[in-house]
Amino acid sequence: MRQILTVANKEFQDGLRNRWLISITLIFALLSIGLTYFGAAASGAVGVASLSTTVASLASLAVFLIPLIALLLSYDSFVGEQESGTLLLLLTYPLSKSQLLLGKFIGQGSIIALATLLGFGSSAVLLYFQLGDPAVLTSFSVFIVSAVLLGLSFTAISYIISLSVSEKSKAAGFALITWFLFALAFDLALLALLVGVEQGITQSGLTQLMMLNPADIFRLVNLSGLDSSDVNGALAVAINASLSQAQLFTALFAWVALPLTLAIFIFKRKKL
Amino acid sequence: MNTPVVSLSNAGKSYQQLDALKSVTMHLNQGEVMGLFGHNGAGKTTMMKLILGVISPSRGEVEVMGMAPDSKEAWHARSKVGYLPENVSFYEQLTGLEVLTYFAKLKGFSKKQAINLLEQVGITHAMKRQVKTYSKGMRQRLGLAQAFLGEPKLLLLDEPTVGLDPIATRDFYKTVDQLKSNGSSVILCSHVLPGVEQHIDRAMILSTGQLLAMGTLKELRQQAALPVAIKPSGLNGSVANDSRLNHFLTEHCPQTLMVPEHEKLSVLKQLLSHDTLEDLQVETANLEQVYQHFLSLHELSAHGKQHELGLHVKGEQN
Repeated sequence: MRQILTVANKEFQDGLRNRWLISITLIFALLSIGLTYFGAAASGAVGVASLSTTVASLASLAVFLIPLIALLLSYDSFVGEQESGTLLLLLTYPLSKSQLLLGKFIGQGSIIALATLLGFGSSAVLLYFQLGDPAVLTSFSVFIVSAVLLGLSFTAISYIISLSVSEKSKAAGFALITWFLFALAFDLALLALLVGVEQGITQSGLTQLMMLNPADIFRLVNLSGLDSSDVNGALAVAINASLSQAQLFTALFAWVALPLTLAIFIFKRKKL
Repeated sequence: MNTPVVSLSNAGKSYQQLDALKSVTMHLNQGEVMGLFGHNGAGKTTMMKLILGVISPSRGEVEVMGMAPDSKEAWHARSKVGYLPENVSFYEQLTGLEVLTYFAKLKGFSKKQAINLLEQVGITHAMKRQVKTYSKGMRQRLGLAQAFLGEPKLLLLDEPTVGLDPIATRDFYKTVDQLKSNGSSVILCSHVLPGVEQHIDRAMILSTGQLLAMGTLKELRQQAALPVAIKPSGLNGSVANDSRLNHFLTEHCPQTLMVPEHEKLSVLKQLLSHDTLEDLQVETANLEQVYQHFLSLHELSAHGKQHELGLHVKGEQN
C-alpha cells in the first residue's frame, strides 16, 4: 500500500506541476458557470436557466470533454515511461506491476475527480444560491459523481491504450480514435440503427446497447430524470426504458473496474 | 560468503525466433566486480534483465542471492539491488532531488539518504533544479545516485561512464571500489572501455547471445595469446636488417615489432644491445584488443573458416 501511495502521490504532484488540475478545473468552472447563466439564451431569455436545462446542457458538454481530458491526461502514462526508460527501472524496484498501475490510477484519477468536483461544484453552489432549491444539490451530486466515474473509466481505457502500443505518438492516435468512437460514432451508429432498420431494435434492446458505452451511460444517468423536451436524439427513446439509477451507476462503475482489470492483465503480460 | 551472489546455469532467453541469450553459465561472488562486454545486441541487457528478474529465463536457471529473481520470495531482495539502465531519462519536469526522493521512497529509504547520495555524486548544487536543465553528465550522475540507493549488495551498471568527464569517471570508479570493499558485487556493462581494466576482477565477452570468453584479464590475455607491441626508436632500420628481429615486423606497421609474450624478454635484450637505441615503448595487449580478438575469432568460426592459418593472420593484425 505504501508503494501505491508513493506512486499516486508522485502522479498527483505531476498533475499539479503540469497545471493539469488548474486548467481542467478552470475549463469546467467556466463552462458550467457560463451554461448556468446563459443556458437559456437559446430560448430567448438571459438569466439563470431552469435546473433541468442546465444539467442537460452540462451533461451534453461533459460527455465530450471529460473523456477527451482523461485520455489526454493518461495516454502516455506507460508508453511515455517506457520510452524514457523509467518503466524498466521502476520494475526492478520492489514495486509490482499492479501497484504501479493502481498508484498511477489513484494519482491521475484524483486529478480528474478533484477538477470535476471543484469545476462543476462551483456552478452548483452558484445555482443553489440563485434558485435556493435543494434539488440543485441532489442533481449536481448525481452529475458530479457520474462525471468522476466517466473520467475514471476513460483513464482506465487510456491505460489499456498506453500499455498496448510501443510509441507515444501511436498512443495519442489511438486515444483520439477511442474518443471519437465513444463520444461521437457510437451514438451516430445507434441513431442509424434506429432510423435505418425498421423494427430492428426494441427500446430495451437499445438501452442494453447503450451499456456498451460509458459516455451513454453517463448521459442516461443525468438525463433520465429530466423533461424529455430538453433531450433529443437516440437518447430520448432510451430514456423511457426503465433502468434505475442504481443499475446505471453499477454499469458505470463496471466501466471503471473492467478496463482497469484488463489494463493490469495486459501489463502483466507485457514484455519489456 | 561461499554462495555466489549471482549464478546463471545454462540460462538463456528467447523471443519468438530470436535467441537473445543462448546459454550462459556464470557465477559472481561477493565483492567481485565483473566486466560484461559486447557490442549492441550481444545479449548484455538481456542478461541484466534476467538477473534483475524483470524477465524470466526461457531455459536454465538464474539465482540471485540464493533465490530466483523473478519469484515472489525475491521481492525483498530487490531493495538490495541497484540498477542503472543504459538509456534512461528521468522525469524531466521534476527536480533532481524530487526524482531521487521518489526512487528512494520506493526502495524504502528517506529523503535524507537521497540528499546524501546527491552529495556523493556531486550534484548537490543542482538538486533543486529541474532535470531538463541537466547536462548529460549530470543526468548520468543522477542515474548513478539512483543505483547506489541503500548500499546495494549487487549493482548492475549499464554503460555507467557514458557522458561523464574524466574527474566524474574517476569519482565513479572510486565509488565502485569502495562498494566492492564493503562487499558489494558489481556487474559493469560496457561496449568496452578505456580505464575500466584496473577496476574489474573478471571480464565476460558476449556476442550474439553467446559467451565467448570469461576470466581475469590475465587469463584472457593468455587465451588470446596476443603479441606484445615493441616500438624502438633511433635504430634507423637496423632492425629490418637483423635476421633475428625482422620477422617480428609486420607490413602495416614497419616500425613496431609484434612479439609473442614468451619471447618478449629476449627480444628486449637484443634491442637494448643496440647502441643507437633512444627509446622503447612496450605495450601489452589491452582489454580492447583482447575483446577484438575474441570477437574476430567468433566471426571466423561463424563463417566456418576457422583454421590455424586464419587465426594467425588475424591475431597478428591486432
